[in-house]
Amino acid sequence: MIEVNDIYKSFDDNHVLKGVSATFKKGETSMIIGSSGSGKTVLVKCLLGLFEPDKGDICYDDRHYSQMTLKEKRGLRKEMGMVFQSGALFDSETIENNIKFPLKMFTDQGEEEMLERVNFVLNRVHLENVNHKYPAELSGGMQKRVAIARAIVMNPKYLFCDEPNSGLDPNTAIVIDNLIQEITDEYQMITVINSHDMNSVMEIGEKIIFLKDGLKKWEGSSETIFKTDNKDVTEFVYSSNLYKKVREAYNKE
Amino acid sequence: MKYLKNIGIYFIMLGQVFKKPQKISIFRESLFKEIEELGIKSLGIVAFISFFVGGVVAIQTALNVDNPWIPKYLIGFATKRSIILEFSPTFMSVVLAGKVGSYITSSIGTMRVTEQIDALEVMGVNALNYLVLPKVVAAVLFYPFIVLLAMFLGIFGGWVSGFATGLFTSDHYITGIQMDFKPYFIQYAITKTMVFAFVIATIPSFYGFYVKGGSLEVGKASTQAVVWTSVVIIVLNYFLTQMLLS
Repeated sequence: MIEVNDIYKSFDDNHVLKGVSATFKKGETSMIIGSSGSGKTVLVKCLLGLFEPDKGDICYDDRHYSQMTLKEKRGLRKEMGMVFQSGALFDSETIENNIKFPLKMFTDQGEEEMLERVNFVLNRVHLENVNHKYPAELSGGMQKRVAIARAIVMNPKYLFCDEPNSGLDPNTAIVIDNLIQEITDEYQMITVINSHDMNSVMEIGEKIIFLKDGLKKWEGSSETIFKTDNKDVTEFVYSSNLYKKVREAYNKE
Repeated sequence: MKYLKNIGIYFIMLGQVFKKPQKISIFRESLFKEIEELGIKSLGIVAFISFFVGGVVAIQTALNVDNPWIPKYLIGFATKRSIILEFSPTFMSVVLAGKVGSYITSSIGTMRVTEQIDALEVMGVNALNYLVLPKVVAAVLFYPFIVLLAMFLGIFGGWVSGFATGLFTSDHYITGIQMDFKPYFIQYAITKTMVFAFVIATIPSFYGFYVKGGSLEVGKASTQAVVWTSVVIIVLNYFLTQMLLS
């Protein structure tokens, strides 16, 4: 379980997080939503340890991040997988080397064993015959799938995704969503997704946290989000006519 | 204030760079890659510049030595001294600061703005150690060889220019370059080169690693890196010359 206890984060005079608390459970896909500048990415980067909170603490299975040494923090990060918005694949390396990198760095596996694992995770994200291609030779959706494969190659306990569907067509976005949910169930990971995409939120959001101006304004699930009368949430989620109609239809049922 | 802050961050960065590599086999692999990128791929430009500058130094010396009382072999002697003491270690380092420095800043900077460095950090990799240490070791180990090659080609270029212009004979030139040879000057040149190599690898890495923004900022950081690397080389050259030769 990840427990976020009242964290604050500022950049000079810009107070981005103003006391956010949340809990993320094992085997659950949690979504962080909110408009641009609400603090979603900063919260995820704090969870990853890329930003250190100014105040408050984050606890990973009873391990307090603020009390860890740099070495312990690096050790903890080996238990994390991250899918960046851009994919963040090493563009001068082949797909195989991209996925193999954490294995080479942190395990003593032989070449054959590593290749077997690489092929297994590529197969898991439904990609074949891409081992020797470079990231630039793949489509956006395929790059995201490679990023997921790289994130899960070390069997992480925690998976973080920063807008995994941005720039993808609706069909590919659904494939990526389903893949993340399947993997979360299968490996019983704690998955935290930062997203703007309301389709994803409705599809896989077992837990939804809504941020506005650096504060947590609402928490619920894809079920309860249809029923809530929280003004901030309804303004954000039901800003489009399509979702207004979906909500009306859902409430009629 | 900003400069002082940057100097502080630079030294903190060095603290992270000079940690034991997380995996020796990966470090070795990166080191060979960097020797190729930073060293072997610079040989062409170094050879080209050294040969022609050596020729120009010899011609300029010959043209300025017009007093009949000054022996002609001094042309070879002066060319050798200028090339070994200053041209090869310092001028070549400034050339490498431009070529290699911009490469280092832009490659690391691009990794920064495309979140590849964040990806390394998230995996638990010490990104500074992984990206910068192989560059520092490759430059410090390989640049002395480049400078030795530059010395040889510079002196050779001077000799060829004698043939081409007829300003001095081969015998005079060879007598000049054999005269009063001091092995310490080679040691001095190599010492300076190793210090400059360290600067060439670390200052551009600093600018690349801490860049913020997009491709435009990476371009600006590359320019700044080349400027500051050159400035630091020139300033250090002054102090090293005083310390090592006086």
